[in-house]
Amino acid sequence: MSTPTRTPTGAPEHLTGPGSGGVGDDAQRPDGVLKVRGEFAYGSDLWMADMLWGVTLRSPHPYARIRSVDTSAALATPGVSAVLTSDDVPGEKVYGLELADQPVLALDVVRYQGEPVALVAADHPETARLAAGRIHVDYDVLEPVTDARTALGHPTWNQVHDSTAEVTELSRESAHLHPEGNLVRHLKVRTGDPAPTADVVVVGEYEVGMQDQAFLGPEAGLAVPAEDGGVELHVATQWLHVDQKQICAALALPPEQVRLTLAGVGGAFGGREDLSMHVHACLLALRTGRPVKMSYNREESFFGHVHRHPATMRYEHGATRDGELVYVKAAIYFDGGAYASSTPAVVGNGGTMGIGPYVVPNVHVDCYGAYTNNPPCGAMRGFGSVQTAFAYESQMDALAAELGMDPVELRCRNAMEEGSATPTGQVIDSPAPVAELLRRLEAMPLPAASGDGEVDLRDMPGGVSNTTHGEGVRRGVGYAVAYKNVAFSEGYDDHSTARVRLEVVGGEPTATVHTAAAEVGQGLVTVEQQIARTELGVERVVVHPKDTSVGSAGSTSASRQTYVTGGAVKAACEKVRAQVVARAERLVGRTVPDLRLAGGAVVSDSEDITVPLADLLGDDVLEETLEWRHRPTEAIDPETGQGFAHVQYAFSAHRAVVDVDTELGLVKVVEMACTQDVGKAINPQAVVGQIQGGTAQGLGLAVMEEILIKDGKVRNPSFTDYLIPTILDMPPMRIEVLEYADPHAPYGLRGVGEAPNISSGPAVLAAIRAATGLPLTRVPVRPEHITGT
Amino acid sequence: MDFLQPVTWAEALEAKAAHPDAVPIAGGTDVMVGLNFGHLRPALLLDLTRIADLRDWQVADSAVRLGAGVSYARVISELGDRLPGLAMASRTIGSPQIRNRGTVAGNLATASPAGDAHPALLAAGAEVEVASVRGTRRIPIDDFYTGVKRNAMDGDELITAVSVVPPSGPQQYSKIGTRNAMVISVAAFGLALHPDRRAVGTGIGSAAPTPRRAPAAEEFLAGELDSSGLWESRAELPEATIARFGELVAAAAAPIDDVRGSARYRVHALSVMARRALTWAWADHRSATQEA
Ligand SMILES: Cc1cc2nc3c(=O)[nH]c(=O)nc-3n(C[C@H](O)[C@H](O)[C@H](O)COP(=O)(O)OP(=O)(O)OC[C@H]3O[C@@H](n4cnc5c(N)ncnc54)[C@H](O)[C@@H]3O)c2cc1C
Repeated sequence: MSTPTRTPTGAPEHLTGPGSGGVGDDAQRPDGVLKVRGEFAYGSDLWMADMLWGVTLRSPHPYARIRSVDTSAALATPGVSAVLTSDDVPGEKVYGLELADQPVLALDVVRYQGEPVALVAADHPETARLAAGRIHVDYDVLEPVTDARTALGHPTWNQVHDSTAEVTELSRESAHLHPEGNLVRHLKVRTGDPAPTADVVVVGEYEVGMQDQAFLGPEAGLAVPAEDGGVELHVATQWLHVDQKQICAALALPPEQVRLTLAGVGGAFGGREDLSMHVHACLLALRTGRPVKMSYNREESFFGHVHRHPATMRYEHGATRDGELVYVKAAIYFDGGAYASSTPAVVGNGGTMGIGPYVVPNVHVDCYGAYTNNPPCGAMRGFGSVQTAFAYESQMDALAAELGMDPVELRCRNAMEEGSATPTGQVIDSPAPVAELLRRLEAMPLPAASGDGEVDLRDMPGGVSNTTHGEGVRRGVGYAVAYKNVAFSEGYDDHSTARVRLEVVGGEPTATVHTAAAEVGQGLVTVEQQIARTELGVERVVVHPKDTSVGSAGSTSASRQTYVTGGAVKAACEKVRAQVVARAERLVGRTVPDLRLAGGAVVSDSEDITVPLADLLGDDVLEETLEWRHRPTEAIDPETGQGFAHVQYAFSAHRAVVDVDTELGLVKVVEMACTQDVGKAINPQAVVGQIQGGTAQGLGLAVMEEILIKDGKVRNPSFTDYLIPTILDMPPMRIEVLEYADPHAPYGLRGVGEAPNISSGPAVLAAIRAATGLPLTRVPVRPEHITGT
Repeated sequence: MDFLQPVTWAEALEAKAAHPDAVPIAGGTDVMVGLNFGHLRPALLLDLTRIADLRDWQVADSAVRLGAGVSYARVISELGDRLPGLAMASRTIGSPQIRNRGTVAGNLATASPAGDAHPALLAAGAEVEVASVRGTRRIPIDDFYTGVKRNAMDGDELITAVSVVPPSGPQQYSKIGTRNAMVISVAAFGLALHPDRRAVGTGIGSAAPTPRRAPAAEEFLAGELDSSGLWESRAELPEATIARFGELVAAAAAPIDDVRGSARYRVHALSVMARRALTWAWADHRSATQEA
């Protein structure tokens, strides 16, 4: 194992660097003060004189044929400028991230509740809503298919391990939700003995409910028609260029005529990777010749973006008596909902990493993504790995119990390390400190027992709702560890583009970093500044607005931007620096081997040379633009899943301590502890923020967050009933950040954002199991699951 | 939408008489949600927040008369000793922002089965004072809730105040929610012991079409306390009495399954809350003697 670049420390504040605002510092966010003061402009704050408001009419049915749409009454409403249906889409009428299967506006069939059917633009949002209500849609309502296994014709588990049984789909005509059938992707992982046996076998079935990204800033944007016949779209999104590509196809316009600028993004977590109002606003703007704003309210937002795939999973683990894993078999079903979105890639992750960060010689995984008439599911932080982690970590606990072994010990005995092979045959060629993460957690002190001294209701399950003063309360401790690929996988050409400019502005050397990488609240703009400061030795770094006038940065997802766009910014800075050094050498008239940029000057340590950039550059502007790629990955074998699928893995582990009121089924998470290897903390404070946020989101899924669906209809599209953790639900954390450099990555860094979201929930679930002694195979755990009522 | 902002109570009553469809607005924590979701589209909003009289509370005829404009935050900070059950209920409501704006009167007018003030008011035996240009009447809390989100007020009436007699014994309030703050109740229970009247008061929330009492549980417990001389002896309560009380409270509920919880869970939770609340209240009653 390579040596850590920095001794892992106990307290995050020890990670803090010297304070120059460069790599390794807790540099201040450029948008921080504005956000704290409530002055930051989000997408929903966009405004232009003369603009119209666009609203969307959505299907009330999860599955129906559209007989006719009558827009005449809506069009006749005073104040209305346009009413559009799919007939008004000039280009491709379907779009999608991986497969174009989702209508811009409903064609002849609606496949989920909330599917957009028609658009209205009017001079006031109320008028637009009123008019939308006057559009008459004649639906022939169909019976929805609302279960992934039913959709695939796999009503029982028995056949899933029979490798000869091919997917036999429902023959019923109406159950074919898409022309090609209901299967989006079936991924197979096959390694080792196809019929292994073991001393000890545990089998479990698990279920994960549908989680929402619950970003606070709803979908919003403003489309402005341009004089060249094109359109300018300001939108809160995650990936400007993939939006642009899909918008161009729908509008039948070339990329030069569809220009996007990132609006203020109030959180994303994957939910903005698909289009929402993008094409709709552009269509209305081009039709009316006026700027059109669209901004969803909270309820519409629940229908306006994809969610995390619910999953049903069956796992079988076999081990030797002394706790060595012999085999894992798994069948994993992801409910993709009505349209594909990123289901194929989610299946890719769920399948290839579906047994967790363990070394297992014999693996047999089938991972399916299905179409149903439930809301479409796609990207969400953790992306296919969150669901499987609940299953494989529950299995490790069940196996430990069966073996009479300590659960941490069992995990460490089977933990991956550098040099281990994954089930897909990939040898891990950078640090993989799985056992160390767990051992460090174990060594942390445990919080004091509850009920010592005076009762403080805030420490009790139920909080100030005063449901217990200690009665029925039992404590439990649980551990979980997880891993997740960083960046895009399976042979995808994953790259980013950076343009870096160096010039003297008002006497001060100033770098400008221009990328299209979406800042969604995670702090990438800070990272871009930090890298430019370190590489160019200047203090002042301007982050150019994010837009499509520079090449694609790829998506702000998959924990990839600090790695990939960070890598691109670093490389562009290096090219600019080479130009500066060459100039300095021309000035001094010879080659000086150790020239570097620091403090706004070109300096040498070996010689007494200091050339201020202000003098060296004068009025000249140095600029470099480049595309940067990480090591290529490969497509995996369709029959065996073997291949170099993932460029990098992130590892994290959690220990959860919970108090459960076992009589009322209420849970208080007392403490969360997390250890994570981040390779190199570019901004330690931001790293800790990602760990806290990811932990909270994982905790939320474990105990409360679920979109409840009945017969294809969402029952809780509001923050009244879709609950996310409050400050009284999210406990204080102990965090240890490890920095084992990945030699293949810029600065040795590892993507940070997703891993803690994956290991957190399973640790909470394990702790609740430990407190209650119940098997608990479904998340979120509801009070009823604990009380049995 | 029109907006009226009377500064005197008489003006407010006149406005309400003239426009029975006008929607009064106090803290706005229910009304604004209705407006934002488009569930409420009133022709006229009647803002009551400029009426100074409504923002006061006084002690009158040995009862606390809580003006309709008093916020939950003030109930907690100013009336925790006089109205302990209502203050405990108020503490469970929403967030600091909601408690700064929201009022008991607003909770009453909304009359949601999940409203948190109701079980406390039922247990304490409150009276709602309503007024119109026709005059004032006092509605016993038992008669106030007439159906799901319906109450006994007429179209021209407004709530002036709520009167609650400060307790002669301990009170408790418990609420189940699926997170530890900012949550609508899945089930709630209010308890008041009235040693002066040798009576027991209860209130159940979120477990029937309206907030309601559990009369059989009240009578059973009052009877047990009487017949065993426990009011005076303040001896320990028999386990069987506590358990039976819990069963009778649960039996008074008529809950449904919904997104927040199952009917079975609600019944179960009520029995647990009732047992615990009684245990805590009785411990308070016993320690009160030791101090006396
Ligand atoms: C985020 C959030 C959390 C919440 N949490 C809780 C909770 O935990 N528990 C709970 O019980 N409630 C909760 N609520 C609901 C709400 O806060 C309460 O019902 C509150 O008591 C309403 O009081 P208000 O003064 O804001 O009423 P308003 O919204 O102003 O009015 C409510 C109703 O009362 C009528 N009204 C107001 N004053 C009078 C009057 N003097 N005479 C006649 N009618 C009148 C109005 O017309 C309206 O119908 C929550 C609300 C929000 C937004």
